[in-house]
Amino acid sequence: MTREVAVIGIGMTKWGELWEKSLRDIAVEAALKCLDDAGVDKVDAITIGCMSSGLFNAQEHLAGVIPDYLGQHFVPAIRVESACASGGLAVKTAYMEVASGLADSALAIGVEKMTDVDGGEATFALASAADQDNEAFHGVSFPGLYAMMAHAHMHQYGTTLEQLAQVSVKNHYNGSMNPHAQFPYKVTLEQVMNSTKVADPMRILHCSPITDGSAAVLLVPVEVAKKMKKPYAVIIGIGHASDTIALCQRKSLCQLPAVETAGQRALKMAGKTIRDIDFAEVHDCFTIAEIMVMEALGVVEPGQGGPATMKGLTALDGDFPINPSGGLKSKGHPVGATGVAQIVESVSQLRGEAGQRQIKNARTALTQNMGGSGASSIVHILEAR
Amino acid sequence: MGQHVARHWRETPERYRLEAGKCKKCGSIQFPGRLVCPDCGAREFETIRLSGKGELATYTIIRVAPMGFADMAPYAVGIVKLDEGIHVMGQVTDCNPEELKIGDRVTTQFRRINEEGKTGMIVYGYKFVPDLGL
Repeated sequence: MTREVAVIGIGMTKWGELWEKSLRDIAVEAALKCLDDAGVDKVDAITIGCMSSGLFNAQEHLAGVIPDYLGQHFVPAIRVESACASGGLAVKTAYMEVASGLADSALAIGVEKMTDVDGGEATFALASAADQDNEAFHGVSFPGLYAMMAHAHMHQYGTTLEQLAQVSVKNHYNGSMNPHAQFPYKVTLEQVMNSTKVADPMRILHCSPITDGSAAVLLVPVEVAKKMKKPYAVIIGIGHASDTIALCQRKSLCQLPAVETAGQRALKMAGKTIRDIDFAEVHDCFTIAEIMVMEALGVVEPGQGGPATMKGLTALDGDFPINPSGGLKSKGHPVGATGVAQIVESVSQLRGEAGQRQIKNARTALTQNMGGSGASSIVHILEAR
Repeated sequence: MGQHVARHWRETPERYRLEAGKCKKCGSIQFPGRLVCPDCGAREFETIRLSGKGELATYTIIRVAPMGFADMAPYAVGIVKLDEGIHVMGQVTDCNPEELKIGDRVTTQFRRINEEGKTGMIVYGYKFVPDLGL
């Protein structure tokens, strides 16, 4: 019925505040790097993950803009949106194109160009991923939503500010070795815990930044990948789930059921358990998010995310490394690009090309991308071949 | 960003009067009202008014505010578990935000939320106020 699908090419550029470059520039740069990596110059289909080029750049219709400027004339393109999970959704959509036989190659591009507006407008644009009528209306920001989850988690499980800060310390350490990262430097526990408050208890060094960036991956059938004489990774599992748009309508304020469901679905499809996974790239838009995601995926029991992080479980040399790329925290979070960049990092690790931050014997990777305060999530599982 | 008057006007029942939908089949309460009950799938609701009384389930203090709220920062936003058992989000006002704690009793009051620019409409809704036991 469906075909096995492989990632044969990856591309990513340096992320940051790229004032000299436009949305189409950064998307095309990442896509070209991906095509060059695969040794391909023409694709059958393009999928584009972008949350809000309308609010950030007053430019919709990326399904027209991107193929045009990429020189892929007449190639069909689909732009998909699921807030900060738009990138993961673009990869899933490309997978569907190839697995179904509709296309023999599909290029998934994630992109967000966020610095064409000022900070207040960017905060407003991001808040449109929340419930506009019932959350954004009251003046809550995205850091504010995750801050409320953090307070609830601290109240219910005794999670500490120090444990939350350690997520940032770990991810910045990993990111210090990533040449693509927006903030490739280390931070100390004290720096995180004394940084400027954004939405209590979230301080600036608990939050992912505003970033311009893009990433791209090329998907082909495994049968085609085999003939290309290059290392590739097979997408062996995909899980995708939704949940209430408003945080306050969840059964629990300190759990992420969409992540849990997406994770279980992906593991089931792959025929794996979480213990079979060698490392994960997860959606640490805020430090509390990484803690809650590792609990939702079953890496640890609910409430154990903080203590496990302090003990080094998720460090680069730990038993279950999380965010070797530096995560959203250090690498940056151009929202629509993040889910694709997670696949780029995973494939880079699986190919053994991650340089100083290479995880030894990495064979199986999990990526988890999340929209809003957890109203959508997509999990991919990849295996080296 | 300015929003059309109708967008606020149609939300008046829940924002001014705390009107909610109570499912006629399973009794679950939805605020604001919905067309389909997420708990049992039924489509018939009775309109009820919420008490507005409850306790703080979680909160934050917004220091970097979105557009339209910058002049109010810092301000508290919380999720309140109402006595009816449902959770509702809103600002927590008339208090020192630093002294808030989970479990605090609050009541709901009708307040100004913000203004849409210098000549825009003034938007009203509910906010939570800590219950001082007076």
